Amino acid sequence: MHWELDSAFPTKRNLGLGTSLCSRKPIWRGNWRYVVYCNSPNPMTLGSLAEPTAHQEPLDLAGHDSQVLIDAFTSMMRIRLVEQKLARMRQVGAIGGPVHLGVGQEAVAVGVSHHLRSSDRVFGAHRSHSHALALGASVEGLFAEVLGRDTGLSRGMGGSMHLWDQPNGFYGSVPIVAGTVPLAVGAGLAAKMQKSGDVAVSYLGDGAVEEGVVHESFNLASQLGIPVIFVVENNLFASHMHISLRQPSNSTARFAEANAIQYAVVDGNDVTAVSAAAEELIGRARNGQGPGFIEALTFRWYGHVDWREDVDVGVHRAPDDLENWRRRDPLSRLLESLISNDCWTAADAQQLQDSLLIEIDAAWAVAELAPYPASEALLDRVYYQDSNHGIST
Amino acid sequence: MIESYGTAIRTAFEYILETYPESFVIGQGLWSPWYVGNSMTDLDKRFGIERVIDTPVAESACTGVAIGAALAGMKPIVVHPRMDFALYAMDAIVNQAAKWSHMTGGQAHPSVTVRTIINRGGEQGAQHSQSLHSWFSHVPGLRVVMPSTVSDARDLLIASVLSQDPVIYIDDRWLYEQEADIPAITEVDLRSIGPAVVKPGSDVTVVGSSFSTLLAQQAAELLAEDGINAEVVDLRVLNPFNPEVVVASARKTRNLIVVDGSWASCGFSAEVIASVCESLQPGELATSPQRITLPAAPAPTSGVLEATYYPTAQTVAEAARKMLG
Repeated sequence: MHWELDSAFPTKRNLGLGTSLCSRKPIWRGNWRYVVYCNSPNPMTLGSLAEPTAHQEPLDLAGHDSQVLIDAFTSMMRIRLVEQKLARMRQVGAIGGPVHLGVGQEAVAVGVSHHLRSSDRVFGAHRSHSHALALGASVEGLFAEVLGRDTGLSRGMGGSMHLWDQPNGFYGSVPIVAGTVPLAVGAGLAAKMQKSGDVAVSYLGDGAVEEGVVHESFNLASQLGIPVIFVVENNLFASHMHISLRQPSNSTARFAEANAIQYAVVDGNDVTAVSAAAEELIGRARNGQGPGFIEALTFRWYGHVDWREDVDVGVHRAPDDLENWRRRDPLSRLLESLISNDCWTAADAQQLQDSLLIEIDAAWAVAELAPYPASEALLDRVYYQDSNHGIST
Repeated sequence: MIESYGTAIRTAFEYILETYPESFVIGQGLWSPWYVGNSMTDLDKRFGIERVIDTPVAESACTGVAIGAALAGMKPIVVHPRMDFALYAMDAIVNQAAKWSHMTGGQAHPSVTVRTIINRGGEQGAQHSQSLHSWFSHVPGLRVVMPSTVSDARDLLIASVLSQDPVIYIDDRWLYEQEADIPAITEVDLRSIGPAVVKPGSDVTVVGSSFSTLLAQQAAELLAEDGINAEVVDLRVLNPFNPEVVVASARKTRNLIVVDGSWASCGFSAEVIASVCESLQPGELATSPQRITLPAAPAPTSGVLEATYYPTAQTVAEAARKMLG
């Protein structure tokens, strides 16, 4: 069986969504692959994408709407500052439970979410603050949730690892690795049956692809033509273990190929590359052309959980690598490019940071004062509370 | 109308698929007559293969898919033609479906039905024989339904699908040939359903669920020949478990036997006896409660061993005779 390259797929694409462009050069980048089917004798690897010293340069913004980029930067910076706040608050003991922080990975959720709408169905995992925030979740709601308060996203019943914000399209995140992957496929199947044109998104990591249910889910999504986008945030680590100690190849997209799912492998620290892949694959899914798969190479600056860098407990997590990945910062690279393209100034960025810090501190202050769930919540929320309970008469 | 337990299940599917366009069925063997007996015959032809979906061999993902579809407003029924294979789906059932309402603060709830079938005997051996309702009943957030009668097989399946909570609906191939004249369908609220006295009596309470209720009823007939008037209670819904009917019956008869198709250790029979003992005063029971369960061994393959493995109506009647001395 052989799948032809989709002839409608452009080899170069102008991502500009408006008319205020930084410049008009095509932006197609070398670190993007789009393969329908290839019969390569070589196992797929990520090449330079996985090299900490590579791709530290500013982004090529040619063809991009500057306001879209500034909005993306704003969203990424909000996520980063929120997570840094969480790191500090966890360190000083203000947060009772574990927080899995994704500082350094902000471009993935922001690039994907730009192409989503509130009726789409997004599922995450243990490291999902960015996924919810990029869809517009309330910072105060997130803080209140992490603090176990009744005003939290999950009404104080979930904490950092069980987030819910369905009104904004965030159907939920759970810490069982790969637990939500089939759920996202199901929400996508529902969208197909409902003929709504909505898509589902499943965020998962390079560790999750080692779980069996993920492969069942890929196969089902492919066989049933389900509008679901699998977004693998490949940060090269599952907890403390480097991918080289867990898999024979560092590219998880080989499983998309095995299941005949359209895929893209991108620099996950380049929001324009993530966005380009998401636009294409989400668009296809909305048009009934089945599932998509994005492998976004990125890196988390903190360790697996909480505020420490974990260079001492990480297997193959070298301080040098961490330093280089910090230089491959998705925010700095975008900011440098915005400034050098005269789209923005350093003062603009400083002003943004100042106002976001005020917003975030204010949100924390409100969240900290919010009430805890009432004691009845313990039993009242086990089963759904509703008077008619689905009976049609 | 006269229905068998198997055709009553099919009638329920027909009603659901016809009445609720958001319903669909997904699982293995749904296009094959020999996976699910007569309980789903030709539903794919009538409602289309896009609503009656036969799947790749993927119990875990199919169950997760059903849960995700439920969260997105559908009414899915996932079918595991043998309960043993549903173990692949335990994360989806126990970690995801059961906990979703609680961990989202009651804001979301998967209205999903997981139909699993107990199918044993005929030298099928250890991995084609299990009854694991006690496991599922251990988990808060799941509703566990085990119909014994023909009308319950139909009406409680419909109630399960209409329930806003995740439901494990367990039917038993050993009941498929049971027939009854049953009234027209009425939609019932699953939350209002619980254990019921299916045969009144005064001398001993015999509690069963699903096939073991049939054994209890057959035992009651044998006991009647000896002048013993047994009361039979059918559990119907095991989780959340309401023990009131069993407690009242045991208080009345002062003797309690629980027949359960699973093992004794941490099994549902223990839950029933504990619930009764917690509610009664010392001395209210005249005899020590007894449980009749499977031996503490996997299901054997050899027909000779199978014959000793599964309790029969005689086993139950003998226990009652012994209890009443």
